[in-house]
Amino acid sequence: MSAVWAEGLVKTFGTHRAVDGIDLDVRPGEVFGVLGPNGAGKTTTMRMLATLLKIDAGRAEIFGVDVATNPHVIRQLVGVTGQYASVDENLTARENLWLFGRLQGIGSGEAKGIATDLLGRFGLEEAANKPISQFSGGMRRRLDLAASLITRPPLIFLDEPTTGLDPRTRGQMWDTIRGLVADGCTVLLTTQYLDEADQLADRIAVIDHGVKVAEGTPDELKTTVGDSALQVVLAVPGETREASDIVRRVLGVEPVLSPEQGRLTAPLSQADLAADVLIALRTAGVSVASVSVDKPSLDEVFLALTGHETDEKNDNTEETR
Amino acid sequence: MSTLTAPARQPVRAADRVASARRHVSLSETLSQTMMMAWRALKKMVRNPEQFVDVALQPILFTAMFAYVFGGAISGDVGSYLPLIIPGILAQTVLTTCMATGTQLREDLTKGVFDRFKSLPIARIAPLAGPMIADLVRYTIASALTFGMGILMGYRPGGGVFGTLGAIVLSIVTGWSLAWAFTWVGTIARSAQAVQGISMMIMFPLTFLSNAFVPVDTLPSWLAAFVRVNPVSHLVTASRDLANTGVVSGEVAWTLLACLVCVAIFAPLAVRSYKRHI
Repeated sequence: MSAVWAEGLVKTFGTHRAVDGIDLDVRPGEVFGVLGPNGAGKTTTMRMLATLLKIDAGRAEIFGVDVATNPHVIRQLVGVTGQYASVDENLTARENLWLFGRLQGIGSGEAKGIATDLLGRFGLEEAANKPISQFSGGMRRRLDLAASLITRPPLIFLDEPTTGLDPRTRGQMWDTIRGLVADGCTVLLTTQYLDEADQLADRIAVIDHGVKVAEGTPDELKTTVGDSALQVVLAVPGETREASDIVRRVLGVEPVLSPEQGRLTAPLSQADLAADVLIALRTAGVSVASVSVDKPSLDEVFLALTGHETDEKNDNTEETR
Repeated sequence: MSTLTAPARQPVRAADRVASARRHVSLSETLSQTMMMAWRALKKMVRNPEQFVDVALQPILFTAMFAYVFGGAISGDVGSYLPLIIPGILAQTVLTTCMATGTQLREDLTKGVFDRFKSLPIARIAPLAGPMIADLVRYTIASALTFGMGILMGYRPGGGVFGTLGAIVLSIVTGWSLAWAFTWVGTIARSAQAVQGISMMIMFPLTFLSNAFVPVDTLPSWLAAFVRVNPVSHLVTASRDLANTGVVSGEVAWTLLACLVCVAIFAPLAVRSYKRHI
């Protein structure tokens, strides 16, 4: 049985189809990453699966339970941690965890014990009795995740769990997520970062404009863009055609061109090949303004998968609600 | 402690959790969840005492103002106006207090914690009903202050302790029932300011076009007709009968009927509209 199974999910906001027919199949015990830029429909998809948004069309099941017809059961199976900390500003960390435990039918004493245990595991003991308004962003995220784990739900939704966190806190969050899986949980997480999906996810679905454009293991996805990416900016933008012929000859792949900026981007199966390209360009007399070799970013995955850039500015409007 | 934390190390088994999941929220679960939400609202009140200011100031200020300004004109002197005005101020205070329910709900709905409430397997009505239970505390404080101020100014309720308490309880029940209407406004308005504005527009005609401050027979007949059917008039008359003479009049029944109708209409509307926020 799948942990999450969805077929043809659709969500429309006015005339905008935020989610336009997404299929998902998440196996129990895996970390499944949903990767995409702002406005791609990641959060909307997750909110539909978590019963926070009505499913406009299509069907979804969680551990075999239909989401649309059994929302109350789904809410007992899924812990949700959103992009914005959903804890009560007027209460302390300990009071928050106690309240959420009590609301889910846990006795007062046991709820206190669980709160203490979670505060310890998430390194929040010292701040346990402080009001949330004094918490840093990282502490809020940790408390928020702790609040999702009170009843130890078998499925956990994490919506961009590390967006806006510093690298150290991000590493801690990754460790926590790995710990959840070790406990037997299934994790569905959304992210804008390829490296995060790469670090955590067993499988990844890439989403763009409400549509799934690719699915596979991190390795499978990365082979579509190479281990790293070469970016060359030419001194004379008019020479892009000549330069792209050379890149195609040396690397055997089609580079992505931005002729007006004189820029070429091409996937590299090995970083060494960058040198071969540069030598070939020099031999042909094509002058280079700048060169960089980077790990493939989400942008490159996108370019390779969709042929267009992630155009964040256009449609990050409907994502949060 | 070890007995509490030990089960946390056992692996999570999805199939068992599906099998043991409850299909519906029971009535007793709904009640206990509502009480938890009331606890949260009370904590919030205690930690934001500035929210008490309107509750505390209004009865004190209005009792003094109305009594000294209108007392002579309407009843000859302040002392004989007090039995008329105190139950009127009581009704007005409690109804104004319940306006805040809508404003605060609107504020709450925009906060992150509401997302958490929505994602939990709890009765959908609990986050709405909880604060309304907690508001009973505010109504009680406001009522006590109104009577306290009146007694300070020389008012001696003829209905005694039980009559006075009866008037207070009836006002609180009415406030709680009407709060559902403001809760509904809170779920449909776009901002807390809008809720405030709409509520004022409902509140002012309802309290001032009643017999709270002036005797009905001084009014033009078309206005008197409205004032007589206005539920606030029934509440005010019922409270006067209770506080001043200790009599449980038929007005109490009319007031309670109005409350029932109000809850029957606005509670389902509020819950339905609140669910749309999900």
